[in-house]
This record gives sequence, C-alpha cells and structure tokens, in this order.
Amino acid sequence: MSAIGTTRQIPDRLDNPLRSLVFSWEALLVAVAVAIFIVNSLASPYFLDVWSLSDLTFNFTEKGLIALAMALLIISGEIDLSVAAIIALASTLMGMAAVAGVGTPGLVLIGVGVGIACGAFNGFLVTGLGLPSIVVTIGTMSLFRGIAFIILGDQAYNSYPASFAFFGQGYVWWVISFELVLFLVAAVIYGFVLHKTSFGRRVFSIGNNPIASHFTGVRVARTKFILFCLTGLMAGIASVLITSRLGSTRPSIAQGYELEVITMVVLGGVSILGGAGSILGVVLAALIMGMVTFGLGLLNVPGIVMSIFIGLLLILVIALPILWKRLSRRRIA
Amino acid sequence: MNALLKNREIWLVGAIAVLIAVIATRFPGFAAPRNLSTVFNDTSILMILALGQMVVILTRSIDLSMASNLAFTGMVVAMINAAYPGFPIPLLILVAIGVGLILGAINGFLVWRIGIPPIVVTLGTLTIYRGATFVISGGAWVNADKMSPDFIGLQRMQLLGLPVLSWFAIATIVLFFVMMTRTALGRSLYAIGVNPTASVYAGIDVGRTKFFAFCISGAIAGLAGYLWISRYVIASVEVANGYELNIIAACVIGGISIAGGIGSVGGAVLGALFLGIISSALPVVNISPFWQMAISGTAILLAVVLNARGERKQGRIILKKAEAAAA
Repeated sequence: MSAIGTTRQIPDRLDNPLRSLVFSWEALLVAVAVAIFIVNSLASPYFLDVWSLSDLTFNFTEKGLIALAMALLIISGEIDLSVAAIIALASTLMGMAAVAGVGTPGLVLIGVGVGIACGAFNGFLVTGLGLPSIVVTIGTMSLFRGIAFIILGDQAYNSYPASFAFFGQGYVWWVISFELVLFLVAAVIYGFVLHKTSFGRRVFSIGNNPIASHFTGVRVARTKFILFCLTGLMAGIASVLITSRLGSTRPSIAQGYELEVITMVVLGGVSILGGAGSILGVVLAALIMGMVTFGLGLLNVPGIVMSIFIGLLLILVIALPILWKRLSRRRIA
Repeated sequence: MNALLKNREIWLVGAIAVLIAVIATRFPGFAAPRNLSTVFNDTSILMILALGQMVVILTRSIDLSMASNLAFTGMVVAMINAAYPGFPIPLLILVAIGVGLILGAINGFLVWRIGIPPIVVTLGTLTIYRGATFVISGGAWVNADKMSPDFIGLQRMQLLGLPVLSWFAIATIVLFFVMMTRTALGRSLYAIGVNPTASVYAGIDVGRTKFFAFCISGAIAGLAGYLWISRYVIASVEVANGYELNIIAACVIGGISIAGGIGSVGGAVLGALFLGIISSALPVVNISPFWQMAISGTAILLAVVLNARGERKQGRIILKKAEAAAA
C-alpha cells in the first residue's frame, strides 16, 4: 500500500533522544489529552469532580481492554472486526447459563471461554487456511452475532445473580472501579509483553516482514494464532464486564464497538499497515476517546454527533503528521 | 469445458440455481418467474451498491462509508423533496449522484493526496457522514406523507413488465460492464489491483485511479440513497446502518478478491443476488428472519474459502511472492 518508489532509509545517525521524545506520537497524544482535559473543565462545571472522573473511565475501559490485544494483532499485520460480535455471543451464552442457574464463577468462565474459542476460530481460518483476516472476520462477525440473534431473537436475558454485578459496577477502593484496575493491570501486562519480551519483538518483526521473519525462524502462523486467541480472550473479558454493568443481554449488545476499538488503536499510533505501535499510545488514545465522549456528553451533545468528533479526530491525527513530515521535508530540500 | 468449470460466475449461477431448487421443493411458487423478478427487484439496491464497492476493492482499497453516504444523500434528497415538492425528480436523482460523488471524492482525496490508508479514511468518514446526517436533519425523520407522489412513485412504475427500480439496476450493470471491459479506466482499475508497480511503468497514475474509484463508489452510494429512501419511504439517521458489511459480503461471495485485481461485474451481481435470494426465502420456508445474519456469515466464510482455493491455482501467485520479497 506504500507509495511507489519509496524505500525505507536508515539514517546515518540517530535523532537526539530528547528531541525524538518531544516529537514522539505519545507526546502528541499527551498534549491532546491535556488540552481536552482543560477544555472539558472549562466547558462544564460538572467535569472536575472525582465521581465524574470515575464515571468517565467506564467510557473507555471495556473497549480499551480489547484495544490492547487488537493493537498487537494490527501490529502483526492482521485485523479482527468480529470483536463486538464475540461480545454479543459470549454475553448471550452467559445469559443462557444464568437462566439455567449457573453461578457467578461459572458465568465468568463461560464468557472468557467463549471469547477464546471465537478467537481461536478466527485464528484457525486465517492462519490454518491462509485467508485474509479482514474478510474472515467480516464473516465471523455476521456468524457470531447471527448465532446470538438465533438464540435470543427479540428477547433479552436479565436474570443474572447479584454477585455478578461486581465486575461492571463494583469499586475496588473509593472511586477506583474494578474495570479501571483491570484495564490498568492489563495495559501493564500487554506493554511488558509487547515491548520487553521476545514474543513482542516477534510480533513487530512479523508485521514488518512476515517472509523474512519466517526465514529467521519465527513461527509466523502460530504467533498470529495466539494473537487472535488473545483478542478473543479480551473480547470475552469485555463481554463479562459489559453484561455485568448493564445487567441484561440483547443480541444487539456492543453494536459498532469494533470500529471504536480500531479507531482507538489507530489513534494510539499503531500503523494500520502493521509493524509499528506502542501500548502507551493505545492507553492514551483510550483515555482521549473516553474524555471526548464524556465531555461532549456533559454538554448534552448527542452520541451521533460525538461520533463526528471521533471520526474527525481519527483522520486529523493520522493526516497531520503526514502533512507535517511533507512540509518539513520540503523545507530541507 | 475445462475453462467453463474454472469460471467463478458459472459456479455462482450453479449455487444460486441449487439454492432456488432447494427452496422450491418446500415452496414451489418461489421459482415462478413472477416471484424471481420480485426478488431481483428487492435486490436491485444491493446489486448497485456491490458494483460500486467492487470498483474500490479491485484497487486494493475498501469503502466502509457507502452506507453512511447513502443515509446522508438519502436525507438530503428527502429534505429537498419535502421542502420543494415541485423539484423535478430526474434532477433530484442527479443531485443525489452529485452529493454522493462529492462524499466519495473526499474519501478519494484523502487516500490519493494525503496518503492515508483507505480503511482508516472510510472508517472515519463512516462515522462522520452518519453524524452529518443527524446534523442536517436535527435527528428528525422525513416520513412518507412529506414526500411527493412522484418521488415515491417513480421506481414503482412498470416499464416493459419490470419496475423502474429493476431498470435502474440493469442500466447500472450494463454501464459497469462496458466501463470495466471496454474503457481504459476499467482496465487500469484491474491493473493497479494486480500489480501497482507495473502499472506505474505502464503509465497509469495509481493514486488518481484510486481517486476515481472512490468517486464512482460515492456516486453509486448517492444514487442508492435516493432509491433506498423512495423504496422504504422513510429518511432517518438510522437508514442502512451497518449495511456496508452486506455490500462487502455481496462482493466477497461474488468472488471479488479483497487483495485486489480479481473480480467481475457478473460476480458482484450474482453475489448480491445470492444474499437477496436468502433473505427473501427465509420467511417463505418459515425460518425465523433472525437466522439471516448467521447464514450470510456462513456464506461469506464458505465463499472466501472457495475463492482462496481458486486463486491459489493461478500462476500469478509467483509474481506476488517476488514482489513481496522485493518490498
């Protein structure tokens, strides 16, 4: 997809580390986040309040959890559009089990298990049969949510045990919700795995050049399969949280989440073409999207108008650095 | 004979024939010409949209914003019609195509001039265009009673035994067939999908051709916007929400390769018809409409498995490998 005739150039000396830190994507995201925080505080008197800020985190924790795994998957050069459908299917099966009298630990196991199974199914189709992930996951997206529709039709499940409500509604300490803690812990784990382990290096290497990686002895297919399973796992966890928070399941649950998750990942600086990105960026992007939607919500802006801001944010954040680079290159030349 | 067996369209025609035959065993009236022409008419809009999407997919791109474009354009023409009932309908159709074209051109411009990957651009404009639909309408609906009789009636008029909507689809199919097989633009759309590097050396402007592809898919979405609104006689923000995936599904089932360069007008049309037949058959054979989604999902997966096998047999793959190794 890259422009014709451009080759990757290796600079003869590295950039000044301070300079590259200041001009890094993450620094830009921090600046954007701070700006949005200030604008929000000025725009609404209700924003600067611990409980408001605590509520804010619910806007991004569930999608953010999926975005962490999705980031790894996109860095490896694949994509999963079926995550929202996995949430729906997992939630439906949890609802079924709850009706049958399964307790809270069993429900969590079912939610997470369904997530992993769906992810493994995607992973098998992509790596086992060598199919393009974008088409496969468009197909499984219809299939998974379709099964939820077959089971539920226009009905809803809402008989969950009382103790099940903790995951989506509980607080660990004061205003710190269980969801937020889970998200932060997961972010640290994913950050460590991606940036500090050989597995993470393999993910980058596959995204940059799968053929060269294969010849260096990286098991490309197996690594990608694991990444699909991880994405399914995170979707399963998100399903537990959402189901617990809403206390009910409809087959249309989490509709359109896949696009928001991918927006989060791309906004976080992960290259949609694979091979580049960081977990810190994704976490910051999750925070930014949460703040934008929450701030606009405080101003009574309808959700659909918010989506314009998210869409514009996505395109602008991608376009500006490209234009900036082009301008600065022209100045040098 | 061998070449005939390898032809994807023949296989699709076969699959559709089997499908109709199976349905006919439970409900003989389904295979009657009268009913089949109704199914064709019901699928017209999807066929038109699939053709627009095909052009984009051929160039190794994707247009996720078509359904939002459709909703926006549909709202624009519905509001014009509600405000000025005397506004001539043919002109209104041109407005629809024009508005759609502009939205498509925005996508194309961002891909061509700024160099943002198509999936990112159209993911963004997918939400922006639908949000813009809300902004121009204020969230209000335009109902049937506000639309003029001409606006609603045009596509229901019978012409040589078929409704005008079907003729719109037939005209679009013919137009696309001529464009894809008889014009330089059509050939370059294939060329840049098969091998962008070679296309540059052949003197094809890859970026500009992609831009044209997005303009075409936009204009098609605009046309479909008018057709959709006048068919279902309601314009709201929710119109065709999520329909972009049905359009892509039709293309995939029709054998259009998401990797670009492979696909045909016949394939896109048959892929759409396949989905259309399933959706109109479900109520007939007494299966709950809730099955539709899972069935089309399964159809997509089967189609992509079969397509991949077909593509693997071709000699072209060697070239692709060499290209990937050089990149």
